[in-house]
Amino acid sequence: MAINGKDLISLKNIPAETIKLILDTAEPMKEIIKRQIKKVPTLRGRTVVTVFYEASTRTRTSFELAAKYLSADVVNIAAATSSVSKGESLKDTARTITSMGADVVVLRHPMAGASELLARTVDASVINAGDGAHEHPTQALLDLFTVREKKGRLEGLKVAIVGDILHSRVARSDIWGYTTMGAEVRLAGPATLMPPGIEKTGARVYNDLEEALEGADVVNILRIQLERQRQGLFPGLREYAVMFGINRDRLKLAAPDALVMHPGPMNRGVEISPEVADGLQSVINTQVTNGVAVRMALLYLLTGGAHIEAAY
Amino acid sequence: MTKEKAQILDQEGIRRSLTRIAHEIIERNKGTGNLVLIGIRRRGVPLAERLAERIKDIEGSSVPVGTLDITLYRDDLTTMAYQPLVRSTEVPFSVSGKTVVLVDDVIYTGRTIRAALDAVIDLGRPRVIQLAVLIDRGHRELPIRPDYVGKNVPTSRKEEALVKLNEIDGEERVIILELPD
Repeated sequence: MAINGKDLISLKNIPAETIKLILDTAEPMKEIIKRQIKKVPTLRGRTVVTVFYEASTRTRTSFELAAKYLSADVVNIAAATSSVSKGESLKDTARTITSMGADVVVLRHPMAGASELLARTVDASVINAGDGAHEHPTQALLDLFTVREKKGRLEGLKVAIVGDILHSRVARSDIWGYTTMGAEVRLAGPATLMPPGIEKTGARVYNDLEEALEGADVVNILRIQLERQRQGLFPGLREYAVMFGINRDRLKLAAPDALVMHPGPMNRGVEISPEVADGLQSVINTQVTNGVAVRMALLYLLTGGAHIEAAY
Repeated sequence: MTKEKAQILDQEGIRRSLTRIAHEIIERNKGTGNLVLIGIRRRGVPLAERLAERIKDIEGSSVPVGTLDITLYRDDLTTMAYQPLVRSTEVPFSVSGKTVVLVDDVIYTGRTIRAALDAVIDLGRPRVIQLAVLIDRGHRELPIRPDYVGKNVPTSRKEEALVKLNEIDGEERVIILELPD
């Protein structure tokens, strides 16, 4: 089975069995991360190029480690220090990179649809590492993997996604991923940060945060994107924390064994209180580890094509 | 059409071969001190478990058994149109300083074993690695020779040696298949 052709751009329209294949492949990859020698020769001789037009240490490092653990060669390009600052277009940058022999291009771009455009331009596999407020599929896959690992299943779970849904590419990918895998997605946040028509994705919008948290198995708290908040979509950080911040009392509304998740980096004391971020229910650090495993699985699966039972 | 040419071992034959290999392992290593068995997925795994049982019957001491998936160590992934599914490697003990006996059902070109050697060495530094196989069908492409062999079966390249085990196949025998031209 192939993963939606050569690229991973979006989790929309990806069948459940493909998501399951990625999550199943990430399990043995996680075992490699726990080893003393974290390296297998699988992608020896392959080249992975990360092209980041937006700052991101976490996602870029996660991809870089994933590629290195599989023995691929990795080149990182930060747009600020590349020819992009000289006015080169995304297409031309991509053509240059692939002419040099890149097998996989990992792209982070502030414009929605940039990775899809790139995928159509180059022969290399393209992985969307976040395109504007559109999608961040690898983050959603690591969320799904973490939940499945902790809960043993995804089907039938109640997942509350809380916060800035409007600017969140993670939320969009999460909604597609969770609903495809049979979980119920509840969205809660300030009305000004709720995109119109989001219900069409299959998620349910709650006006009342406490109602959305009631009995939830997973509480996924989104980051307030301060850098995108220049338009005054909510009165202030203090008020946001009071109205929508997840603290110990609010968390009690969720199921007693609910998982607390956050894609990071966290604004402690704004969308998440420190005692929740560091509490026993928090799996935020596990998400980071699992991110490497899921990206290893994707690099392995995308550089192949189809899959058969081993007959060696 | 694939055709069954001959049956090489029946249930009793497999049982006897494994018992003999168990004795040879104990004899060569002068007991079971520092000994671990690692089965190569898939059919090496039940064979390793059975060998551990035999060794326990004979010596009275338990030998740890691990499972190795060598998919990520194959040397032909880049040339294949299809990629095999990756399964988990479960070696819940340290291999450093140990006598590791790798166990597989059939040895043919030797490439699986080369991959398995790399995989084991990435887990630690064993004192020695030995190799036990139920069937050696020849046609090696690498300088690798098993230490313990259940049965040597000279085959042609147009044939396939197929080991069927109760745990995986629901039957217990070894056959030679004739592959179509």
